[in-house]
Amino acid sequence: MLSQLRTLWTVLQHTFTKADTVEYPDVMPYLPPRYRARIVLTRDPDGEERCVACNLCAAACPVDCIALQKTEDDEGRWYPEWFRINFSRCVVCGLCEEACPTHAIQLTPDFEYCEYNRQNMVYEKEDLLISGTGKYHDYNFYRIAGKAISGKDKGQARNEEQPINIKSLLP
Amino acid sequence: MAKLTVDDQDYDVADGNNLLHACLSIGLDLPYFCWHPCMGSVGACRQCAVKQYADENDERGRVVMACMTPASDGARISINDKQAKDFRAGVIELLMTNHPHDCPVCEEGGECHLQDMTEMSGHTTRTYDEQKRTHNNQYLGPLINHEMNRCISCYRCVRYYKDYAGGRDLDAMGAHHHVYFGRHTDGVLESPFAGNLVEVCPTGVFTDKTFSAHYSRKWDLQTSPSVCQHCAAGCNITPGERYGTLKRITNRYNADVNGYFLCDRGRFGYGFVNSDDRVTQPLARETINHADNTNSDTAIQCSTENSLTRLTQALKDPATIAIGSPRASLESNFALQSAVGESRFYRGIAPSEDTTINTLLKFQQSSCVNSASQRTIESCDAVLILGEDLTHTSPRTALSLRQTVRQRARELADEARIPFWQDAAVRELAQQEKSPLFIINTHKGDLDDIAENTYFNSPQKIARLGFAIAEQLRDKSGALSASLTPEEKEMCSTIVNALSQAKRPLIIAGASLLNEDVLNSALDVIKSLHINREEVIQAHLVVPEVNSIGLAMLTQSSAERSLSEALKQIESGAAKRLVVLENDLYQRVNPEKLDAALEKLDEIIVIDHVWHNGMAKADLIIPAASFAEGDGTVVSSEGRAQRFFATFPVNADNSSANDSWQWVNQALDNRWKNFDAIVNACAESNDLLAPIADLAPPADYRQHGLKVPRMSHRYSGRTALSANINVSEVKQPADPQTALGFTMEGSNVNAPGPLRNTAWAPGWNSNQSIHKFQDEVGGPLTGGSSGLCLFGSAESNELEFGVPSEQTSNADFSAIPFYHIFGSDELSNFAAPIAERSPQAYLALNPLDAAQLDLTQGDGATLRFENLQQVFSLTVVIRPELIRGLVGLPIGLGGLTRHLLEHSPLLEKNLAWQRVPSGRDQNVIATDQSIGLSEGLVP
Repeated sequence: MLSQLRTLWTVLQHTFTKADTVEYPDVMPYLPPRYRARIVLTRDPDGEERCVACNLCAAACPVDCIALQKTEDDEGRWYPEWFRINFSRCVVCGLCEEACPTHAIQLTPDFEYCEYNRQNMVYEKEDLLISGTGKYHDYNFYRIAGKAISGKDKGQARNEEQPINIKSLLP
Repeated sequence: MAKLTVDDQDYDVADGNNLLHACLSIGLDLPYFCWHPCMGSVGACRQCAVKQYADENDERGRVVMACMTPASDGARISINDKQAKDFRAGVIELLMTNHPHDCPVCEEGGECHLQDMTEMSGHTTRTYDEQKRTHNNQYLGPLINHEMNRCISCYRCVRYYKDYAGGRDLDAMGAHHHVYFGRHTDGVLESPFAGNLVEVCPTGVFTDKTFSAHYSRKWDLQTSPSVCQHCAAGCNITPGERYGTLKRITNRYNADVNGYFLCDRGRFGYGFVNSDDRVTQPLARETINHADNTNSDTAIQCSTENSLTRLTQALKDPATIAIGSPRASLESNFALQSAVGESRFYRGIAPSEDTTINTLLKFQQSSCVNSASQRTIESCDAVLILGEDLTHTSPRTALSLRQTVRQRARELADEARIPFWQDAAVRELAQQEKSPLFIINTHKGDLDDIAENTYFNSPQKIARLGFAIAEQLRDKSGALSASLTPEEKEMCSTIVNALSQAKRPLIIAGASLLNEDVLNSALDVIKSLHINREEVIQAHLVVPEVNSIGLAMLTQSSAERSLSEALKQIESGAAKRLVVLENDLYQRVNPEKLDAALEKLDEIIVIDHVWHNGMAKADLIIPAASFAEGDGTVVSSEGRAQRFFATFPVNADNSSANDSWQWVNQALDNRWKNFDAIVNACAESNDLLAPIADLAPPADYRQHGLKVPRMSHRYSGRTALSANINVSEVKQPADPQTALGFTMEGSNVNAPGPLRNTAWAPGWNSNQSIHKFQDEVGGPLTGGSSGLCLFGSAESNELEFGVPSEQTSNADFSAIPFYHIFGSDELSNFAAPIAERSPQAYLALNPLDAAQLDLTQGDGATLRFENLQQVFSLTVVIRPELIRGLVGLPIGLGGLTRHLLEHSPLLEKNLAWQRVPSGRDQNVIATDQSIGLSEGLVP
């Protein structure tokens, strides 16, 4: 008897407490920038594609929902010819972002990408590529890596000496 | 056996090896860079440091380089000792100071020995913050990419390229940490074995350019055990596929055949599989009546059912004859042969080639000869090559011969008690000392630099010299020897001395010159040598195509089965229909005769995978699977039958292509239940082919209930690969024919040798992991090698050879074949990079002959043949060693085919010829010019 009364009292008390639920979508929840949801491909500070088609995200993906094909421009810069994420399989684990050596693939807090038709969950490179740098503003892989590309020759990457003159015997 | 103690554990290891070899052979992990099982030790990289103790009581020990220290009996070492570990970590940290931080954009990434060794040594964080030295790259041709920043100066590339493969245009330049590995200037790497640099380089300095063009990581490739289709050497390969495209070919280790190395034609010649010229749908000829009452023919797509019905009707018709092919598998040839019956099945090769191959096959079964594998070739100590330009007709054999001549170095090293793996010391000791190698041919070749003596003359003279050698080997005072010139006499006696004094002489000849007398003379030398030495003689007899021997074996019981016999049948009207299997007849016989014959037929059905001239006259074209999509067995020149397995399913791109034998099988109402059934039927039909039933485990072979997977356990993207077509994943295609599956499930680690596609072991992602699958490093594979030798039945089949009389021909000129590794093979020419490497069509002439015709190097000449309409306009290349009256024609280039050699050439100057402008760099060194000349480039 006492227990039942106590229960009733507790329930009654809750009538006056603040509700935890929010009126989504009228009220949008706050999601921190590092919240993991929809995946994007970002660009480097110069506006070029960051993705170098190294395939590490695809290898890291536990549900194997990333596939891509490497291609190369005339100056030797690698980029994906096509890049496909099957979001209907994606578990937003973020391992692809962790594996990415160039900060190209990033997870964003945007979780609103449901579809009625599952086929629409397949995103191609055009759907994934954004025009900004995402969470990492300054990183540019090619400024560090010793591979020459258009606008950055051998010896112009970070901490690089000028190329050796192989005909010289000077120390 | 020697006793070796490693970290207080006792092991028995083979005598006479170094510690690194011993440690790897017993399965221990020890990092290394510069050492290679084929190239020995030089101690350049300092990575394989271990602690060696003097005896059981020694507790201090000393750090030694494992690759430079003999594994003497009772040696006690430690790999895990702290000092040794720190030493190795320090070395790798130093090697990595200049490494360019570009693994994501490196083709080697994921199969990089440097990555593996860095991980293994425990160097995970970079502490060096200073400037990195950089290098400019070079253009090294259409096959290989150069990225010098990644170099760790292990010297493996130059040791392979110069010392092992005999190349002259790659070297180490500069000093101290500036050392640069490249050419003296930008340019194509000349060696036809340069592609092995991709696998020899422990990091990504040399990478496969053709692979990079459609790059995928190693773990994403679907692979299968396969056999190279571009010559008869039978090298084992691993093709890799992704997204329905064949992406690359890598070496598949086979101790007896190709070992660790392939030639560039085999490695880079895969383009035909992805070619736009592939036939993917059945096509039928249809005549269209136009409004203006004219007719024209067009090819329309034909349904699979219709084409099968037509094939069935054709195969049932008693007036049908079938032509097989030396580039199709045994199973496909056998299926067609049993469909039409032996009496109506023809071999599909020209008569001259047919007789030489048949003689060669009969001889190989006699008891006086052993068909030498590449490994055996490397262990011989005197070689006679008669009428073969091996670099271009059997490239891998040429590479083996470069090791054969080092037998002398081995003897000297033994005398001086230096172990042969002490590479630098042995080379220093031997200097230019080589085992004798004699080359008798019509023209200079790339092996001449290691030959003790060379002799160039016409095929008739070569044959007479060969017979003279044979005669001298039997009894010293022959009549034939008397007719030789003094130069020939001297050559003859040197060869006879060398062959009779050698411990293990080797004779190499073949069908390339398409001259029976030359081959007969070589066979007579073998026979005489057998009588002289009273032992089985090692020989390697080269045939032109991947399954030439298999086809000859399949049809050995029927004598007259060459193409000209088939044409006779057609011309006489006995044959009304023709089924051609994977064969371009226009490459093999006189096109005018062929055209006339084909006109007489009611129906021509061609089964093939790439478009060729032979299809233009076909009424029905049936798409076949290439080696990358089909299964089959081929027999190499060595007589080794080997199985190749489909790399990817044939229906990858909605193509209705299928194995040729499957088309025939379906037309025969599924006479054979599956692939194993046809293999067994083929084995039972022919005593010679009986062993092929045991080449690989049958289709129901399982490991722990699973098939052997073609995909790696890390294969990525399965749920996204075809999501653009349908988001619901399709079922993995089944492979009912073989014990391999198009799947990731299962493991190939314990797979039997013939089914093992790639090597991978924990911590060993690169191709170096192969040592985990060898009984001993550089030895045979665990689980058995693939391939069984079909020669060697003890049948005493003594052939007699007639010495050719000295013929005097009325014709001014006679044509001889020149072969080119890039250009003479039909299929590899479809690959753009191979086509880029192949020379322009030319004709080679003696300078005096050229002068008589008022021709100089680079001029144009018009080439006609007696009784032929065809006219060729070709650039002239002067070859001083060529005997007067011979015209060298590059087979396969510019429409020059083998059948032309049967006719007498007529030459005249082409006054309208315009020289091709020279784009050559003036600052070339001698090697460029000499090689350019031998490849027939216009200067």
